[in-house]
Formats: sequence, structure tokens, C-alpha cells
Amino acid sequence: MSDTIKTSNFSQEFREEIFEEPGADKIALCFNCTGCSSGCPMTEQEPEFNIRKFLRMANLGMKDELLNNTYIWYCTTCYKCQERCPQGVHNVDALLKIRTIAVHNGIMLPVHKKVGQLVVNYGHAVPINDATKEKRKKLGLDEVPPTVHSFPDALDEVKTLLHIAGFDKIVAKEEEEK
Amino acid sequence: MSKLSFFLGCIAPNRYPCIEISTKKIMERLDVKLEELEGASCCPAPGVFRSFDKTTWLSLASRNIVLSEEIGNDILTVCNGCFGSLVDANLMLKEDAALKEDVNKMLSEIGREFKGTQDVRHIVEYLFQEVGVESIKNAVTNPIDLKVAVHYGCHLVKPSKERHLGNAENPTFFDELVEATGATSVDYEDKMACCGAGGGARTAVLDTTLHMTSNKLDHMVAAGVDCIVDACPFCHLQLDVGQTEIKKKFDKEYGIPVLHYSQLLGLAMGFTPEELGIDMNFVDNSKFIEKIRGGVK
Repeated sequence: MSDTIKTSNFSQEFREEIFEEPGADKIALCFNCTGCSSGCPMTEQEPEFNIRKFLRMANLGMKDELLNNTYIWYCTTCYKCQERCPQGVHNVDALLKIRTIAVHNGIMLPVHKKVGQLVVNYGHAVPINDATKEKRKKLGLDEVPPTVHSFPDALDEVKTLLHIAGFDKIVAKEEEEK
Repeated sequence: MSKLSFFLGCIAPNRYPCIEISTKKIMERLDVKLEELEGASCCPAPGVFRSFDKTTWLSLASRNIVLSEEIGNDILTVCNGCFGSLVDANLMLKEDAALKEDVNKMLSEIGREFKGTQDVRHIVEYLFQEVGVESIKNAVTNPIDLKVAVHYGCHLVKPSKERHLGNAENPTFFDELVEATGATSVDYEDKMACCGAGGGARTAVLDTTLHMTSNKLDHMVAAGVDCIVDACPFCHLQLDVGQTEIKKKFDKEYGIPVLHYSQLLGLAMGFTPEELGIDMNFVDNSKFIEKIRGGVK
């Protein structure tokens, strides 16, 4: 049985914030054809991931329900739904915007925080490891690639940008909870 | 001779350097000069970092583009994710003057400026559009007799409005490039399906994404292919490392070799499997290597 939706909980502000994303405002034109969710490869695996439902919730301004819905992190951004939407809704971009609002409300998966920390520390989401260094050597490449990994000044530039953007704070480790 | 900056990204240099070396080898043969883009960082990954914070995503992406602007080159990527990030960021900044001003305020802190003078290319679309299928055929010295499952991956063709590569539902350009090597591109069910890795999903819900991967591998097996050829190190990782994870978690073994297009073309140009690092996958490719040694015409 579904819970009753309380209109008093709707956040017009939340809806408008999502609509700032180009193409997300088209959510208002959605007529529920289900073309997005019926072709979704993630919905096939996990029916609780339903982008149609999420964007309908966005249109109503159901902020708390949406931001705390763990399934918003399941989208692989394959863009199939966005390609197929007859109303031109930028489904994926809208979902990414919802995630952004979640992150800025302190809601983020710990594993994603870790990936963010890797970029803050190394400039790569997937940094080099010893096994790959061996492979590189065997192939006749430099052991360490000519990226930020080889240029400390370049890494400093990346760190400066991430600091200005406030990203280092976003992914900073939470204080230990008791 | 054409000249491009080689944008490595993360997974190619740091997990699959075979893609990096193979790209260098084939591009040299095709008379396309690649220059290292020294000091480049993570693109950063589109579905993940754009999700977290668009300003962060744009600042790092624009810095990577600027590094190439400063040496006057277009950028070559070998990864759908890097391509997606850099193409989208480049386009947004070229079209939105206010956004460009904001980003340039950040970049000025590191003494750089985005001008919007260069383009971002992906190796597969570059080979198709700039080098051409006929020139690729001419560069083939050892035609490969293999049945190939072509995996386009998502961000090479989608969102299609920003890619200008035609129909995203049923594209053919990658298949044409594969067939230029002498191989046969075998059709399989739901060919354009996602590998499962993107958008931070692999990190967040690995098992669920592996079920997507397993579906895709089932369809490839049903079509009777010898190997997979892809265009993206992250798809490559999901399809290759993914097979070892599927074996461990779901007790299902595929043993399908996964090649990046640069490796397939490298074979057809006469490079050995070892020179192209085809023996360095996480799936054991030794039987496949035996087969291509015996079967290369």
C-alpha cells in the first residue's frame, strides 16, 4: 500500500532549483508515458530504481523523499531515457542535479566520498598502483604516466581548484561518530 | 601530419596501460602525431563528479582542455567517460559566456584561462571521420579473422545532440571500423546496452551493475563471438574485471577476451599480442592469443 502524499511537504524551491538545469524544466511536460523507465537497463535489475517516478516526485517538489532515496545513486547515466523522451526532458541531467542537491545537503554515499578524496589527494579517481607500474614497464612505457602523477605543480593546481570549488570540504571525512 | 594531445584519463594509464601503448602504436602508423598532455588530471568522471558538484567538474575539465589549448592542439581521448566530460564541458563553456567567466575566475587562480579554441575527439569517431575506413583498410597488413561483439558504450554516442554522430539507437560507424580490420561484427541482442559501470553505480552498487554486465555477456555468448571490442577503458574494466567478479560472486564463468579498438587494429597492423598488452587482461586470454597466432591470415 502506498503512503498518502502530503502536499504541505512539497517544496516549490526544490522544484525550481532542479528546473535550473537546462532541459530539466521540461519535466513539467511529462505525461507519464513510461518510455524512460520501461527501457531502463537498471530498472530491469532493480525495479525500485524508477526515473519516471523520481522526476514526477521532482515536479511535485518532494524534496525529503527524493534526496533520501538511496536509489537515486543507481543510475549508470546511459542516457537511453533522455534520448527517447518524447517531451525532450533531460532526464539524466535532472537526476544528476537532484544528486548535486543531495550532496550539498550532506547526503552522499561513503564510497563516493572515498572516490572524491582520491581526486583531492592524487588528481585521479583511479590512481596508479604497483601492479600497473609493472605492466607499464613491460610495455615500454614510463612507470608513472605523464599526468598529475608525474608533475607535483600540476597536482597543486588541481588541489587549488578543488579548494576554491569547496570540493575538498564536500568529501572531507566526517567526524567520527560514537 | 595531424597533431593531437593524448588525454590519458585515469583507467587507461593506471589500470590498462595496454590501451595507452596500443593507441600510440596505431596512431603512429596512421601518421597522426600524439603529444603527451603533461600534468593532465582525471577528466573528471562525468556521472560521478558532475553529480557531486558541477563547479568542481567544470573547473577540472576546463583545466584539462586549457592545457591543450596552450599548445594549440585538439584533444584525443580513448575513453567514453573522458570524451563525455570534456566534450560537454567544452561545449557548455563555448556557448555560455557567463559560465565561462565564472570558470575563468577560478582558472585565474592557477594562472590559466579557457579560450574555447580547441575541440575534443574520441579515437573511434576520429578514426572514422578524419582518417576514414578506407585508409584504415590500407594500413591493415594482417587481416584478422575474428567474430567480434562490438560494444559502443554509452557516452561515445549519447547524448546524441552534442555528439553529432548520427543515430544513437543503431549506429554503424564503429562496426565499420572493426570490419576494416578483416573481423566480422556480429549482431547480438540489445547491442547498445550499457555495460553497467557508469554514473558511480559500479562504486555504489557493484553487484547490481554486475547483473547488467552478465546480461550483456549472455547475449554476446549466444551470438557466438570470439571477443569483445570496446572504445572505453571503464567499459573495458567492467567487462573484463567484471567477469572475474561475476565468477567469484555468481559462480558463472565466461572467459571472453576484451579488447580496446586500438588493440584490434594493432593486431591487424601486425603488432604482436604482447606488444599490445593483450596478455595483460584480468581474464586469462592465453587461448585467444594462441588462436590469433594461428589464425591471423
